[in-house]
Amino acid sequence: MSKQPGSAYFLVDNKAATIRTTLAVLVDNEAGVLARVIGLFAGRGYNIESLTVAEVDHLDHTSRITIVTSGTPEVLEQIRHQLERLIPVHKVVDLTAERPGIEREMALVKVAGAGEKRVEALRLSEAFRARVIDTTHASFVFEVTGNQQKIDAFVDLMKPLGLVEVSRTGVVAISRGAEAM
Amino acid sequence: MTKADTQPQDPTGAEIVIRALKDQGVKHIFGYPGGAVLPIYDALFQDEGIEHILVRHEQGATHAAEGYARSTGKPGVVLVTSGPGATNAVTGLTDALMDSIPLVCITGQVPTHLIGMDAFQEADTVGITRACTKHNWLVKDVRELPRIMHEAFYIATTGRPGPVVIDIPKDVQFKRGPYVGPSNIKHKTYRPRVKGDLKKIEQAVEMIAAAKRPVFYTGGGIINAGPLATQFLREFVRMTGYPITSTLMGLGAYPASDKQWLGMLGMHGTYEANLAMHGCDLMIALGSRFDDRVTGRLDQFSPNSKKIHVDIDASSINKTVRVDVGIVGDAAFVLEDMIRLWKSKQLRPDRAAISAWTMQIDGWRARNCLAYKQTKDVIKPQYAIERLYELTKGRNTYISTEVGQHQMWAAQFYRFEEPKRWMTSGGLGTMGYGLPAAVGIQVAHRDALVIDIAGEASVQMTMQEISTAVQFELPIKIFILNNRYMGMVRQWQQLLHGGRYSHSYSEALPDFVKLAEAYGAVGIRATKPDELDAKIKEMIDVKRPVLFDCVVDQNENCFPMIPSGAAHNEMILGDAVDAPMVTEAGKVMV
Repeated sequence: MSKQPGSAYFLVDNKAATIRTTLAVLVDNEAGVLARVIGLFAGRGYNIESLTVAEVDHLDHTSRITIVTSGTPEVLEQIRHQLERLIPVHKVVDLTAERPGIEREMALVKVAGAGEKRVEALRLSEAFRARVIDTTHASFVFEVTGNQQKIDAFVDLMKPLGLVEVSRTGVVAISRGAEAM
Repeated sequence: MTKADTQPQDPTGAEIVIRALKDQGVKHIFGYPGGAVLPIYDALFQDEGIEHILVRHEQGATHAAEGYARSTGKPGVVLVTSGPGATNAVTGLTDALMDSIPLVCITGQVPTHLIGMDAFQEADTVGITRACTKHNWLVKDVRELPRIMHEAFYIATTGRPGPVVIDIPKDVQFKRGPYVGPSNIKHKTYRPRVKGDLKKIEQAVEMIAAAKRPVFYTGGGIINAGPLATQFLREFVRMTGYPITSTLMGLGAYPASDKQWLGMLGMHGTYEANLAMHGCDLMIALGSRFDDRVTGRLDQFSPNSKKIHVDIDASSINKTVRVDVGIVGDAAFVLEDMIRLWKSKQLRPDRAAISAWTMQIDGWRARNCLAYKQTKDVIKPQYAIERLYELTKGRNTYISTEVGQHQMWAAQFYRFEEPKRWMTSGGLGTMGYGLPAAVGIQVAHRDALVIDIAGEASVQMTMQEISTAVQFELPIKIFILNNRYMGMVRQWQQLLHGGRYSHSYSEALPDFVKLAEAYGAVGIRATKPDELDAKIKEMIDVKRPVLFDCVVDQNENCFPMIPSGAAHNEMILGDAVDAPMVTEAGKVMV
């Protein structure tokens, strides 16, 4: 509990332990649907650590939104119910607690440099199974895929080797096994 | 629906709107014209069968539609223009969302090709109203319009009801397209659940039968679930013999004259209701949502009880209070199942335990927590409401309120026997709600006695709607408890802010009697207790809109009061005015 300066009021700091969770949300691909989802998170004070969205069924006009969020178990339960309340939402699946899933993210990583550093960047990219998708005499663009930690590690390794720019997709996820979401 | 080619004989978008409204059974709409809805107003002009109530401000239209909806159970319909028309409607839409009131609000929009160009009276209406509606649509193609119109009514009225907005650009109102009737509409994703999980209901009734100190805690969900829910609630409560309390929103679902009734609970609820909630061993929450005004301090809320929660909205369950059995479903369906299971299992309450519990509650009741002292010279606000109740109770009466002390006194002292008779802004707490709401109620019930119990501060927020009442010959009664303060603000400043009455005095008040006359209504003033009855009777007998200026005690506070941050068993009662008990922890809770 901390007192606000110059006020009789105080704020309660909520220090409850939070859990990181990945949600798959199947929605009708209609105008404004992403704004509804994001607005819900912003309006109710939920975290968004990562969010990806793309149409997954053109004929059905459905899109899949993958959201990585964190909160106490109570907050996570609320997030799920609040998402289900949105009219264009077909389904919400928790790919962490309810249906363990696999997560992947892709990054495009631009590294510039010459000499030893350039050779080292290329050598490390092989260890990470990154692909070179653009090159000049002075630069590479690597495409690297993996879970968030792997990409974080790759980006960290590139920093001393001339890292210029990173573009990441955010996490996509799918459940293990034969079942659909 | 297939997107058929447009035929020359097809109706225009504006005509589709009117046709869809009529197919949805709409008889009245509340609105205000403007550039971007002129085609719809033109179609309305050329059509018979829908009465349009012209308000004086779009906020008034939304509250009137809310009053109409709450008092009839039918959706309220609002028609406003783009830009300021839509933004003025935002308060009423938010109010309807918080209190789960079905509204269909049609807004005009600038023509499609001007959207995004900062055109005259352009606002991003779907963007602005996304957070204050259950759903909204921007109609970009006239062929989508019939489907959206019918879908809008379906979504507004089913599940947990709420407001919806249909934003229609002016060019779409002019374009022609095929009309499709309501029966052909099916929704892809929206399928509200009404039947509760039978296993959980079975578990619940067994817990109910085994309880030693049970209490029913019901809310607006019972009223929204319709007359059957009220009927089943009364039946079930009487079968069990258990005490029942209700939230502000739920008043009237259970008759206030019944011996099992404890009065309202919560921040200004009765001593017996709050102590029953605190001391119960089983709480049966039906269509109520554990609002912060009800629970008070959460970590000390009803600490020793098991809790059953029935709600149509899954997100209401376990939101603020963890419950033992959560049942998602419509209160009428779930109560019907409860009664059926109670009978088929031949369950019986524990008579001895319930009689001991009732005795304990009667002891709390004997504290007479709503007591006040009426003096000879000054009208106490509580006395004014008691007299209003006594003089109107046998009639076909509907009550709306503004927000503040008068609202709480009305909830405490006006006794409701039936649902849909009490219209108040509970969730959002919108000052200015009651007068336009009374307009809407009177439109739906022309011969009823419709009274807005008001405060002199709140009522000035939407005062101009008295002009609507005069124009449409709606004999609403605005009963102002005039204490020349924003009373609830003053009360909090007294209890929480060391008596520093920062900007809570109602300066430069109008003379309400003259104001009424200026509008073509009737003004009545009462200042002494002994003239009150005669003046109230005069108000009732006048068949025109009345502004009643009831001048009351300036310094009266509303008790009992659970200060924020306190638990249900830490209430302040009326005789403890000088001993404020608000903790530091409570001050942060508004």
